[in-house]
Amino acid sequence: MNILPLNEAISRHVHDGDSVALEGFTHLIPFAAGHEIIRQQRRNLHLIRMTPDLIYDQLIGMGCAARLTFSWGGNPGVGSLHRLRDAVENSWPHPLTLTEHTHAEMAVAYQAGASGLPCGIMRRYATTDLVNVPHAPVAAAQCPFTGDALTLVPAINPDVTILHAQHVDRAGNVLIRGIVGAAKEAAMAARRLLITVEQQVEQFDTDMNAVVLPAWLITAVSFVPGGAYPSYAQGLYPRDNRFYLEWDDIARERQAFLDWMARHVLGLPDHTEQLRVLGVLA
Amino acid sequence: MSAPEYTADEMMTVTAARQLTNGAVCFVGIGLPSAACNLARLTHAPDLVLIYESGTVGTHPSVLPLSIGDGELAETATSVIPLPEVFTHYLQRGRVDVGFLGAAQIDPYGNLNSTVIGDYRQPRVRLPGAGGAPEIATYAREVLIIMKQSARSFVKRLDFRTSCGFLEGRGTRHCPGRGPQALITDLGVLRPHPETDELQLSAVYPGVTVDAVRQATGWPLKTADHVEVLPPPDPADLACLRDLHARTRAAHSTPVRITPAATIR
Repeated sequence: MNILPLNEAISRHVHDGDSVALEGFTHLIPFAAGHEIIRQQRRNLHLIRMTPDLIYDQLIGMGCAARLTFSWGGNPGVGSLHRLRDAVENSWPHPLTLTEHTHAEMAVAYQAGASGLPCGIMRRYATTDLVNVPHAPVAAAQCPFTGDALTLVPAINPDVTILHAQHVDRAGNVLIRGIVGAAKEAAMAARRLLITVEQQVEQFDTDMNAVVLPAWLITAVSFVPGGAYPSYAQGLYPRDNRFYLEWDDIARERQAFLDWMARHVLGLPDHTEQLRVLGVLA
Repeated sequence: MSAPEYTADEMMTVTAARQLTNGAVCFVGIGLPSAACNLARLTHAPDLVLIYESGTVGTHPSVLPLSIGDGELAETATSVIPLPEVFTHYLQRGRVDVGFLGAAQIDPYGNLNSTVIGDYRQPRVRLPGAGGAPEIATYAREVLIIMKQSARSFVKRLDFRTSCGFLEGRGTRHCPGRGPQALITDLGVLRPHPETDELQLSAVYPGVTVDAVRQATGWPLKTADHVEVLPPPDPADLACLRDLHARTRAAHSTPVRITPAATIR
């Protein structure tokens, strides 16, 4: 098992200009890893994520991203991601190129990437203007067997996928439980796979069909308890819905956002210290 | 006995819940759709199957989730599946009866915009985007739309068509699902005309005039031959909805505390 402190895992394996997918659908979002990328001031990243969520709002607002591939860019249940909006509407802090999908497209794009295919396949109906936008990422095709109209979605193969997980066992295998989103597909599609994890256990106490990523697929594992906060880790701590509501005010204005990031990310050595400052450590 | 006091939001949610029949398989969006679906499940439709796009199938939350993937949804689900399967095995395969959508803009044929206000390249307002909506609108056997009504959001032409209703109307929609069958607003209910597919006013809430609904519509609104006046919400439904919201507020304001787990090393 290749165990690295998080700052070392990021400095070794995430480079300027990389395509990077921090996945986890609402659940197990790797916030600590995202914050470390911000601390190390990576630039020109191509960020990939179905739902950019607060962590990409932060990465975009801090100037780490040149491009975003996504399918739904809001603060779930709350409203806008103000930093994402500011980047798209006003090019602040600099322009952001969008590659925009539907959830279904992005799911099959990850599946294709995970399967070694050049593209994923869906049925096609003339329904959305998304197929007509600049950089529209899909193409029409016809099934050679039935003649059915199909949409082809190019595979997504990130340079780096980063996931947060509940458990790693003694041999370095990683277990994810609860809502898994497209985490497994994003992991299998990646060239390098970084995992932040809550806890190490002797062996997993789980059903044989659980989502387990074998140790030999994983580039590096970093122990980061609470590493998904303010999202959650099923069975360990819940989503901090209050923080998601508060983020709307924090991120609305540029200066308030920069102040918050300076106090809670740039000015702190690591995630544990951030949790302490935010008052969430028990 | 006098009718209980209620808000337009409550009337809208109760009306939306009443559109759902027991046993239906329902693909739920966050916000108003989620409130309406759970109210239906807790009242007249206990066997409603709720699927959230996070992969929680047959979920029974006791509080409303803030996000589409709160832990509550996973803990109370029949099955938690990978997200690609939600869109392939369930939606594209035709196993969803009802899709429940909202949007920032709607046109007379029930086409929806949740992508941008203004031009796509230089938007005045960048909205969250498509999410699951285009495929829900395409594949669900029928679609229910829930939106607050105003001339600004009920527009003759969309700035961007994120997902389809009846496209140009008169049978131009060629999709597996039948498209929007009801648009529930805070003023009343619109339904598609059987031939033209244009949404027309079919019911209003107590105290709402047809003229008021016209004022809040950005196109010349047509009305059904008979516009029904719906009764006020059932007091039991109203009490159930308020309990649900009270439980939700309490749950969402509970502080989170993290205890770092010990490792074996």
